[in-house]
Amino acid sequence: MMVVYSLYGVAALVVLAPLAVALGASPRGTGAVYGASLIVTLTLCMIALLSLFEYSNRISSITLPLGLPWLGAHFRIDALSAFFLVVVNLGGAAASLFALGYGRHEHSPQRVLPFYPAYLAAMNLVVMADDAFSFLVSWEFMSLTSWALVIAHHQLRENLRAGYVYLLMASFGTLALLLSFGLLAGSDGSYAFDAIRASHPSAALAALVLILAVVGAGSKAGVVPLHAWLPLAHPAAPSHVSALMSGVMTKVAVYGFVRIVFDLLGPPDWWWSMVVLAVGGITAVMGVLYALMQHDLKRLLAYHTVENIGIIYIGLGLALAFKAHGMPLAAALALTAGLFHVFNHSIFKSLLFFGAGAVLNATGERDMEHLGGLIHRMPQTAFVFLVGCVAISALPPLNGFVSEWLTFQAILLSPQLPSWGLKFLVPAVGALLALSAALAAACFVKAFGVSFLGRARTPAAVAAKETDSNSLAAMYFLAALCLVAGIVPGFFIDALAPVTKSLVGVSMPHQAGVEWLSIVPIAESRSSYNGLLVFIFVLLAGSIAAFAIHRLASDKLRRGPAWDCGYPDPSSATQYTASSFAQPIRRVYGTSVFRAREIGEMPPPGATTPARLTVELRDLIWDAAYAPVATAIEYATEKLNYLQFLTIRQYLSLVFAALVILLLVLAIWQ
Amino acid sequence: MAVIIRDFALQGAQMLLVLLLSPLLTGFVRKVKARLLRRQGPPLLQPYLDLIRLLRKDVVLANNASWLFRVIPYIVFAGIWVAASLVPTFGSGLMFSWSADLIAIIALLGSARFFLALAGLDVGTSFGGIGSSREVMIASLAEPAMLMIVFTLALVAGSTQLSTMAAHILSGEEGLRVSLGLALLALIIVAIAENARIPIDNPATHLELTMVHEAMVLEYSGRHLALIELSSALKLLLYVSVIGCLFAPWGIAGPDASFPALAIGVASYMVKLAVAGLMLALFETAIAKMRVFRVPAFLGAALMLGLLATLLLFVSRSL
Repeated sequence: MMVVYSLYGVAALVVLAPLAVALGASPRGTGAVYGASLIVTLTLCMIALLSLFEYSNRISSITLPLGLPWLGAHFRIDALSAFFLVVVNLGGAAASLFALGYGRHEHSPQRVLPFYPAYLAAMNLVVMADDAFSFLVSWEFMSLTSWALVIAHHQLRENLRAGYVYLLMASFGTLALLLSFGLLAGSDGSYAFDAIRASHPSAALAALVLILAVVGAGSKAGVVPLHAWLPLAHPAAPSHVSALMSGVMTKVAVYGFVRIVFDLLGPPDWWWSMVVLAVGGITAVMGVLYALMQHDLKRLLAYHTVENIGIIYIGLGLALAFKAHGMPLAAALALTAGLFHVFNHSIFKSLLFFGAGAVLNATGERDMEHLGGLIHRMPQTAFVFLVGCVAISALPPLNGFVSEWLTFQAILLSPQLPSWGLKFLVPAVGALLALSAALAAACFVKAFGVSFLGRARTPAAVAAKETDSNSLAAMYFLAALCLVAGIVPGFFIDALAPVTKSLVGVSMPHQAGVEWLSIVPIAESRSSYNGLLVFIFVLLAGSIAAFAIHRLASDKLRRGPAWDCGYPDPSSATQYTASSFAQPIRRVYGTSVFRAREIGEMPPPGATTPARLTVELRDLIWDAAYAPVATAIEYATEKLNYLQFLTIRQYLSLVFAALVILLLVLAIWQ
Repeated sequence: MAVIIRDFALQGAQMLLVLLLSPLLTGFVRKVKARLLRRQGPPLLQPYLDLIRLLRKDVVLANNASWLFRVIPYIVFAGIWVAASLVPTFGSGLMFSWSADLIAIIALLGSARFFLALAGLDVGTSFGGIGSSREVMIASLAEPAMLMIVFTLALVAGSTQLSTMAAHILSGEEGLRVSLGLALLALIIVAIAENARIPIDNPATHLELTMVHEAMVLEYSGRHLALIELSSALKLLLYVSVIGCLFAPWGIAGPDASFPALAIGVASYMVKLAVAGLMLALFETAIAKMRVFRVPAFLGAALMLGLLATLLLFVSRSL
């Protein structure tokens, strides 16, 4: 029954879309559309939670007489779909709540409102689809609605370019998925997932499907080197949509990958995990290095999505390795780590994009070099943004740390894997994961420090005002979730148990009953972590210190000018900027990865021209993978353009020649 | 019930011990360094006197410092104190040692550093910024190196819990191992970097452009500065304790040790601190500070050593 209720919810969202065209004209209509979306997504989230907890063993499915006549449209909610439905609709509800305030500032609401509920509906449909046809149609629907949202502010040229690149990459990804489903369905065209599950593809075919799935789902999730569209498209959309694209849609892509590789494709080969692990490790480090070089706040966040997708893929890759080698308990641990990070990332990435949206609204700026000192003018936004920064940097006691800790625990189980390739790859991937975690912390010191701390760099930053209460409510809600998932992770791990059970056969040991609400992945003598106690201890130690010092020593405070070693400069331009903050890291990592060069122009003494420092960065992946393809296509179209200007006789002879060639081919084939 | 009270008492004693001993370790290192340079040096108890004086002074806060700037010293202190009280020093039967394993302890230190780096940016001065940006650069190499060391030890001991690791090493079934040697070397490099000692950073510097840690906390004064100083001392003690607990666990009292065993534990812990302090002072006197952009090579070596040690364990269980 759950699937029927969910489909009603989706239908409500679909109906809301055309209504929004009419409603969008008035400011009150904006509130109505987002309010309705909020109610529907909350309901859908409840339904998904119920199906995850109450009906974990029962699968509800339905076939509707839509789509291909001999197939119909199959929809189904099992544990995996239910979990991802929770992620989608929780993110959707938070975004709708945020948009109740944020959406009022939209200057062309009719370009956003109709597509917003449709986009939410599409993501729900992808996760519920139970045959290849409805899956792909929903996937395309999701791509197109989000594309429309990306170019909502089409007056900016860079947004149009972002939309163009996004559309190309989305079609490319769908093509790969189409082929992979085609191979899975086989020649008799059994597109229903049930039929695919029952058939067992040969090893070569499975390998091909795996590669296509990595490419197809990966291009949507943003794995390196298929990430190029993501940092262009995600920031271009309005901020609540950016949050959905980064926090939720990439997770739908991960869902597609998990569905194909863990569920449909049958038992894994051991080398599959090598591909996934290598992709994950490279994606994690490259994503965070790109992010460190950015000074556009929203683009920095988008690149960080790339990093987190890498971390998720590392978890999934480890799970595949353990599953292939018949170590189900370890596989359950690794899979739980990956899926828990899916949940966590959707929470804190949405929170951070909301914060960036609030800043954008208050100052009109996305460039961190034009911000600064916002903690004085937007104290509440600053606080919740800080919570998001700590969470995403994988620092205890918040939630990002727990999922990375679980991933590390899974890595520590991997010496028992028998294959040599994995023995070398897994420690290297572990080092990459550790490196990306440390760099992420550096990156968010920069993001928070430059935008919110220090002194205001522009009049726009001086004039900033605290954002509205609806937006704040959405951000506080997500920040609270970050804390809760960080200090009592056991409940969240237990909630994932039915999912891992359905995918690898077993689940992690039950955590809710462990003393003091610790989490113990394998055995207490091996490893345990208690976020709640750590949080309470830090809180207690800090309060005791503060109380004792204020009572016993001194609580006096004077304000004065900054010390700055005796040379405080009144100009706010003397502060560290985002690019100067990143300079040491750029020197250490960027000279090889980005061919970073610093060119200093120092005029001779007495000259009145200003000194200049130019930083050159090259995106080697773009140069190596994308630019040649673009040049080749441009060259080919330039040449083929000639075909547009033929006479009718020439066209007819072309048709005739084509016919002759086809007949010849047919004759030889037979 | 008696067991629980005992464990609580042990945990409390540990928390107080690390808090009270850490300035002494700093003072000891300073004294030895001064003697090595044929100076008289400040008295051994000078760090305590400094802390008390700082605690009594007013805080002079920069005009545009935010609420975060005032909260951060407490966060940093609390984080490092909690981390330090979860590392077995004289006895491994700590009440709450299971609430955070070594990975979590490292991450707690990472949290403290995250906030301290933010404090460097809060007032909006160039010295704060230079300190923060260099600190995070150093951390971006030291932290993964530390995690690789943790991996090595965890693979040897089959656990990431410090008390289990110590017990495993103490059981004597490991003997000498190549991977442990590499890990020890890497851990020493990381400990030097994390504690802002020579050759990475100079704790006694007054030349602004060479400072990393000191530049970051330049705007702090009074009780805030006292807390930061105490946290640095605690962090040094913590790293010495970690090295002692993992590579020289001799004398550590077991989970339900008697009183004499605990006394032996405290005595051996003091000896370990003294030896570590002596060696640190010797090393710091013997070596010159390196340029900031030489640091990545130094720390990169630690990272590679850690990775190599882990790889060895993945390839063979006996190396």
